[in-house]
Amino acid sequence: MSVSTDTALAWNRDHLPQGSAQDAVIKGITGEIAGKGFVVANMDKLVNWARTGSLWPMTFGLACCAVEMIHAYMPHYDLDRFGIIPRASPRQSDVMIVAGTLTNKMAPALRRVYDQMPEPRWVISMGSCANGGGYYHYSYSVVRGCDRIVPVDIYVPGCPPTAEALVYGIMQLQKKIRRTGTILRG
Amino acid sequence: MADESIKVDAVLDAIAALPGVTAARRELGELVVEVARSDAYALFTRFRDEFAFAQVMDICGVDFPERAARFDIVYNLLSVTRNERIRVLVQVGDSDSLATVSTLWPSATWWEREIWDLFGVPFDGLADHRRILTDYGFEGHPLRKDFPLTGYVEVHYDDEQKAVVYDKVRLTQEFRNFDFLSPWEGMTTLPGDEKARGDRK
Repeated sequence: MSVSTDTALAWNRDHLPQGSAQDAVIKGITGEIAGKGFVVANMDKLVNWARTGSLWPMTFGLACCAVEMIHAYMPHYDLDRFGIIPRASPRQSDVMIVAGTLTNKMAPALRRVYDQMPEPRWVISMGSCANGGGYYHYSYSVVRGCDRIVPVDIYVPGCPPTAEALVYGIMQLQKKIRRTGTILRG
Repeated sequence: MADESIKVDAVLDAIAALPGVTAARRELGELVVEVARSDAYALFTRFRDEFAFAQVMDICGVDFPERAARFDIVYNLLSVTRNERIRVLVQVGDSDSLATVSTLWPSATWWEREIWDLFGVPFDGLADHRRILTDYGFEGHPLRKDFPLTGYVEVHYDDEQKAVVYDKVRLTQEFRNFDFLSPWEGMTTLPGDEKARGDRK
């Protein structure tokens, strides 16, 4: 369907009342675009698709949970198929996976790494120790939950969580991004 | 092997005769030697040079709060050429210090720093006398028995100061001591084990 040039469409000139006049304009434009091979999508959906499809995690392996995180990267679970590629630099990463016991001594370093990550950024807290101190809750040297240091989006329970659990947590994060995602910063 | 028990233990006898050795015995085939604190360094030199204990495998500490000299510093030495290990125990009081053995075995530096960090026993002559494991600016020595398990400080991120700050420890969940023994009879057979052990009543 194409729009003939002699049909004067008032699409950008005048205010159109709702109804058939507006519909005619929209139909006309859709036809023009379809004829030239374009696909129309919502901007925010497109951005969310891009974000959820390339969540590059900052590898912050602190303890035994890191081993399960590594399992999740390896071919059996293969996080690469979600576009998830571990990065060694916070400047290139979107999500930080806090995998393991966070100690008082490590806390400023963790916060610094988080601060160096560009917006938008997310945090997955992996395992009991990162969630709330876990086994070391009463220890003199352990932070009782990494949410005292950085804001956490997803908590993955377990000691350690299986690689499957982490993959599930990442999929939950993708769901969260799709639900709350905005192209605005913050 | 009837004469195994009366076999002469030449190494043990030689070590027991050294000046400064207060006790020497074999436990599970390994030499255990107790040494006076003032003679320790001279003895370690002899252990290394005369008895060929060329390596120090580990140095650790034990706290006995009820004792006058409350700490045991335990040195585990290894001689590869003699295929022998020796455990040397030195008793140290609360305000005493020990001579460093990092001049004999350079690898001892980290363990002595660790003992200083966790027990608070200082080492004379240790070149790099810093803490090694605990947080920067940490106060106290956590492996002492009188150090509280939860310590004194905890950290959180302060949004106004934009920094990780310390504050006094405040447990949101009350301390729980997990004691799985029954306070009255003492449940020595767990439920379900009766069948396997055949003492089902």
